[in-house]
Amino acid sequence: MIRSLLLALAVVVAALPALAVQPDEMLDDPALERRAREISQDVRCLVCQNQSIDESNADLARDLRVLVRERVKQGDTNQEVRDYLVARYGDYVLLKPPFGLSTLLLWASPALLLLVGALAVFLWFRGRGRASATQAGGAEAALSAEERRRLDRLLAGEDGPEDDGSGRDPGDRRA
Amino acid sequence: MIAELGHFALALAAAVALVQAVVPMLGAARGDGAMMAAAAPAALVQFGVLGIAFAALMHAYITSDFSVLNVIENSHSLKPLLYKVAGTWGNHEGSLLLWVTVLALFGALVAVFGRNLPPSLKARTLSVQALITLGFLVFMLLTSNPFARVFPPPIEGTDLNPLLQDPGLAFHPPMLYVGYVGLSISFSFAVAALIEGKVDAAWARWVRPWTLLAWTFLTAGIALGSWWAYYELGWGGFWYWDPVENASFMPWLAATALLHSAIVVEKRDTLKSWTILLAIIAFGLSLIGTFLVRSGVLTSVHAFASDPDRGIFILLLLVVAIGGSLGLYAWRAPGLQGGGLFRPVSREGALVLNNLLLSAAAATVFVGTLYPLFLEVLTDDKISVGPPYFNLTFTPIMGVLVIALGVGAMLPWKRGDLGAVTRRLTVACVVTAVLMGLAALLYWQRSALAVAGLGMAAWLAAATLTQLWQRVRPTARIGVGEGVRRMAGLPRAAWGMTLAHLGVAVIVAGATGASLLTQETISSGGPGDRFTVGDYAFTLESVDRVAGPNYAAERGTFRVTDAETGDEIATLHGERRRYVAGGQETTEAGIRSDLGGDLYAVLGQPTDDGGWTVRLYRKPLVPWLWIGSGLLVLGGLFSLSDRRLRVGAPRRSGTRAGGVARTQPAE
Repeated sequence: MIRSLLLALAVVVAALPALAVQPDEMLDDPALERRAREISQDVRCLVCQNQSIDESNADLARDLRVLVRERVKQGDTNQEVRDYLVARYGDYVLLKPPFGLSTLLLWASPALLLLVGALAVFLWFRGRGRASATQAGGAEAALSAEERRRLDRLLAGEDGPEDDGSGRDPGDRRA
Repeated sequence: MIAELGHFALALAAAVALVQAVVPMLGAARGDGAMMAAAAPAALVQFGVLGIAFAALMHAYITSDFSVLNVIENSHSLKPLLYKVAGTWGNHEGSLLLWVTVLALFGALVAVFGRNLPPSLKARTLSVQALITLGFLVFMLLTSNPFARVFPPPIEGTDLNPLLQDPGLAFHPPMLYVGYVGLSISFSFAVAALIEGKVDAAWARWVRPWTLLAWTFLTAGIALGSWWAYYELGWGGFWYWDPVENASFMPWLAATALLHSAIVVEKRDTLKSWTILLAIIAFGLSLIGTFLVRSGVLTSVHAFASDPDRGIFILLLLVVAIGGSLGLYAWRAPGLQGGGLFRPVSREGALVLNNLLLSAAAATVFVGTLYPLFLEVLTDDKISVGPPYFNLTFTPIMGVLVIALGVGAMLPWKRGDLGAVTRRLTVACVVTAVLMGLAALLYWQRSALAVAGLGMAAWLAAATLTQLWQRVRPTARIGVGEGVRRMAGLPRAAWGMTLAHLGVAVIVAGATGASLLTQETISSGGPGDRFTVGDYAFTLESVDRVAGPNYAAERGTFRVTDAETGDEIATLHGERRRYVAGGQETTEAGIRSDLGGDLYAVLGQPTDDGGWTVRLYRKPLVPWLWIGSGLLVLGGLFSLSDRRLRVGAPRRSGTRAGGVARTQPAE
C-alpha cells in the first residue's frame, strides 16, 4: 500500500513536462541556435533513460540546454562545450562515447567482427575446396539411401531445387 | 476465486511442462513410440491450461478486481475497456504470462500441424519447448506471481501509464511476443536436430515456416512500436536506439539471417551447422532481450543489484538455455556433414554475405547495447552509447547490405558471373542514376547524405523489380505480355521475396526522409498566429478544452496552407492530455499523412504571456516507413502461403495448414 502511494507520488512529481526545447530558451542568432541544437542532440539527459537533452522534458535537461546556449553565446566551439560538459558530468553525458582506452573495443568491434567473419568465411571456403578435391562428388552422396527415399517422398511433386517456377506440382491435384 | 484458479492453472501448467519435457525425450532416446506420442497431447493441454491462467488475469483486469495487486498497480476503473484488456500484458507479471502462453501456443501449433514430422524429431522438439516453458513458469511462480492478492483491497487502482494507453501500443506487445517467443520453435527444432544428429533439407523445410511466422510477427510488432513512438512521444522520432528497442531488434536481425541461411540448407544442403547456430542465437537474443527489459538492469546496474531475485533468476535461465544449447552445439555440430558445393560468386555466396553482414549488424547492436553495462561492472566507468554510435557503425553495414542485395538476388545458384549480372542490371543502374539526380536537385542543399540514402532505396527497388521481370522474361524471345502472364504463375515464395526486398527499399527511403529531411519550427503564440515550416504555413486557429473518458485535454486546431499560394491543405488537432488518476500529461500530435510525407503539429505548454508553445514539422517520406514495414509483413505472409513450405502440414487437411488457404498456381 505504502509502495503504491509512493509510486503515485513519484508519478505526480515527475509529470510536469515542458516539452523539449522551448522557444524562450532559443538564441536569437539562428546560426548559434543551430549549433546549440546540434550539440544538445548528442548530450544525454542525465536523469532520463536514453534521451538527449534536446528531446527530454526533464528540468535538468532544460538547465543543460540553457547552459549549452550560454557557452555557445560566449564563443565556445562545439568541442569546447562538450569538453566543459564532460568536465562537469563525466563521459556519461555524451551519447557518442569518446574514443579512448575503455571504449576501444566498443568502437573497434564492428570492423573487427566483420573481419573475423570474413576470415571465417574465407577459411571455410578454402577448407571445403580441399575436402571436395579429395572426395570428388562426395557431397550428394552424403544422404543415406533411406534418407534419400524419405526426402524424395517429401519432395514429391515439388518445384525443382532451382525454384525457377517452371515445374508445376502434380501433388496438389492428388490432395 | 478466479484469480486463485489462474494461480492454480499456472502450477498445473508447470507440472504438465515437466511431463512434456521428460517423457517424450526419454521416449525418443529409447525408441518408445507411446512415450513419444505423449508430447502432442501434453503440448495441447499445456496451452489450454495457460490459456485459462491468461483468461483469469484478463478477467481480473476487465472487472477491475482491486484485490489483485497486479490490477491495483496497473489499472483504474475509469480506464476504457481496450486498455483494461491491454493492461493484462502492460506490466512485468502479465507480460511474462503472455510470454509463456505464446510459448505454449507455438508448442500446440507444432503438435497440431507437425503431424508428418518424424516422431522422434517432433517429440524432442516439443520436449525442448516444454523445458523453456518450465523455466519461465518456475520463475513466475517463485518471483512474479500475477495473481497475488491484497487485503484490504483499495477502492481505486493507480492506473496504467497513460503513454501506454494507446491503440498502437495495446497490440504492440502481443505481436512482438508472438515473434520474439515464436523463435523458440526454431530453437527447439535446432536443439532437437542436434540431439538427433541429423540436419537435412527436410529439416530446413520444417523449420522455415515457423521462423517465417515468427519473423513476420516480429516485424509487425517492431513496426507498431516504432509507429507508436512516432506519434505519441511528441517529437516525431521513429527509432531511438533505446536498449528496449534494441532488445527486439537483435532477434529480428538474427531471424532475418536465419530465414536466408535456411534457404541454403533447404535448396543446397549446406551451411547446416551455421543455420543451427543462428537458430540458437536468434532465440538466445530473445532471451537476452527479455532479461534486459525485465530485470531492471538497464535502468542501472545498481537497481539490478538491489532487487536481484528476478534478475538473477532470468540470468540463470539465460545461462542454462544459451550455455546448454551452445555446449550441445559444440559437441554435436562437428558431426554435421556439409553438402552442395558452390563458388563464392553465386546465390549461396550472396546469402553467405547477407548472413555475414546481418550477423555483424546484430553483433554491433549487441555490443552497443551491452557495452555500458559491462564497462560499469568492470571499471565503474559510466558511458552512454546513443544514436550517434549506431549511426556510425550499424548504418554503414546496412548500407553495404542494401547495395549488395540488389546484385546478390540476381545471382544463380552454384556459380555465377558477376559481369553478366551487372549487364542485366544496366537499366536499374540508369534508373538509380536518374532518381539520384532528381533527389540531388531537390535535397542536395539540405543533406547530401539524404541523396545517398534515397539513391540506395532507388537502387534496391529498381534491382528487385529487374530481378522479378527477368525471372518471368529471361530472354527477349518471350513477349512482354507473356512475361506479365507468367508473373501470376510465380511461386508465392518468389513474390514474398520481391515484396520483402521492395519493403526494405521503401523503409530505407522513409528512414532517410524522417531522419535527414525533416523541417521543424518551434515557436510560441496564440490563436490567429501563423508559423512557416518549409513550404507550409500553419495557423493556430483555436485552443479548446475537451474532456476524454479518463483525461482532460487542451486541443489546438491548426490550419495548414501552402505558404506561397495560400491553398488550404489540412486541419490538424494536437492535444495535450492530463490524466485524472495520476496527473500525468501526454501529447497527442496532430498528423496528416500523404505519400509525400507527414504534417505534424504538437501543442505544448502554455506560456507566460497567454499563448502556447507549438512544435510544427514537415516530415517527408515518413509514411514510407509504415508502407515498407507493411510490405515486409505482406512478403512474409506470401512466402508463408507458398505450398512448398507446407510439407510439414498434414496432407489431407491442407486447407487448414497454418491458417492459410491452399492455392492452385495458375498453369
